[in-house]
Amino acid sequence: MVAEPKIENDNASVELLERARSALGTVCDPEIPVLTIEDLGVLRDVSITENECVHVVITPTYSGCPAMNTISMDIETALNKVGIDKVKVELVLSPAWTTDWMSEEGRQKLLEYGIAPPAKGGTTASLFGKPEIACPQCGSKNTEKLAEFGSTACKALYRCKACLEPFDYFKCL
Amino acid sequence: MLAANVDETLEIDREALFQLALRLGDTSLILGHRLSEWAGHAPILDEDIALSNLGLDLIGQARSFLTYAGEVEGRGRDEDQLAYMRNAPEYRNLLMVELPRGDFAFTMVRQFLFSAFQLPFYQQMMQSRDKTLAAIAAKAEKEMAYHLRHSSQWVVRLGDGTKESHERTQNALNSLWTYTGEMFETDASLKALIEAGIYCDPASIRETWNKSVDDVLQQATLTRPETGWMQSGALTGRHSEHLSHLLAEMQSVQRAYPGLKW
Ligand SMILES: [Zn+2]
Repeated sequence: MVAEPKIENDNASVELLERARSALGTVCDPEIPVLTIEDLGVLRDVSITENECVHVVITPTYSGCPAMNTISMDIETALNKVGIDKVKVELVLSPAWTTDWMSEEGRQKLLEYGIAPPAKGGTTASLFGKPEIACPQCGSKNTEKLAEFGSTACKALYRCKACLEPFDYFKCL
Repeated sequence: MLAANVDETLEIDREALFQLALRLGDTSLILGHRLSEWAGHAPILDEDIALSNLGLDLIGQARSFLTYAGEVEGRGRDEDQLAYMRNAPEYRNLLMVELPRGDFAFTMVRQFLFSAFQLPFYQQMMQSRDKTLAAIAAKAEKEMAYHLRHSSQWVVRLGDGTKESHERTQNALNSLWTYTGEMFETDASLKALIEAGIYCDPASIRETWNKSVDDVLQQATLTRPETGWMQSGALTGRHSEHLSHLLAEMQSVQRAYPGLKW
């Protein structure tokens, strides 16, 4: 697949790109609606290709992430709303998504939403260690894992032994 | 499409690459389907959710492999046509994954034996000279680490559990053992792909697999079965009768209404 040449140097294209970027900043993850796809690091690239077409590149969190179709449709809808009709959404697998791509702002939003953000440095080897997960309600690190798989594939279920609240932990990948 | 993904200097046998993509995709798809059968039947709710999530990862991986298989084949077949419109002899999955789900011990032992291979296998495949296969492997590798951890913990818990759970787990291990040889099998086409740097030599994974298996079996107080005669059939499409039954259910809607979309 040969990439079409990017045209970003004229004023109209710069304006179009700005408009597209700001519209894409409103597209949220359907399963964790406090995070935008930008916060998550799912949005990889936005560019203008020939004929003023907006080319959006996204990557899945998990291979089987069921939200990708919805995200693609939401991207088209968000762009249509600001008058952009020529849209191409491309799904790429490489480089593989990692929770380290989640923005600082995104991690903060997750915490406020009641989901413990992922431990940093998500390598395969680190999965076999035991990360200290702080309770998003009271901040205590005295927590225990209840279930490896929670409400979605990307979350595990924990319980805080200090305030006794159960909570979701966004697993590192 | 092919030229962009594979180093152009390589002389690739398109049919061999197609068969490889099917082998990887079909194995993930069929095991994913077997796991999905647990929805609503697992011993506890947490496990019901866990097994569905493992299945979802595998079906996601299968979609990528089968989409690529369709591109390599170049006859316009997409992932759905390959999954829903082929008959059992055209499937290239490992025989191990088509066996009925059995009891919970059987499901977990199978998941463990398979994941202990798949994790180092995908780690090797990340270096494949086929960029698409390398990208799918890089994505799947992290997922398999979770599968291996989860299934290892269960094998230990069941093996080193009650008399009943120990017996069932040992029986599962004994009956699955003859199906483990297939993961390491190669034929002339696969050997050519190994030569070309596209497929990884499964013999190079043997030591890592042995070590993972021995470690967990020891903790689980289970006895490693003697290695003797091994089942074989994936490479030629010679399957057990279980695959046809599985496909009859999995494909029923597309067979009745070809091309139907949600
Ligand atoms: Zn707390």
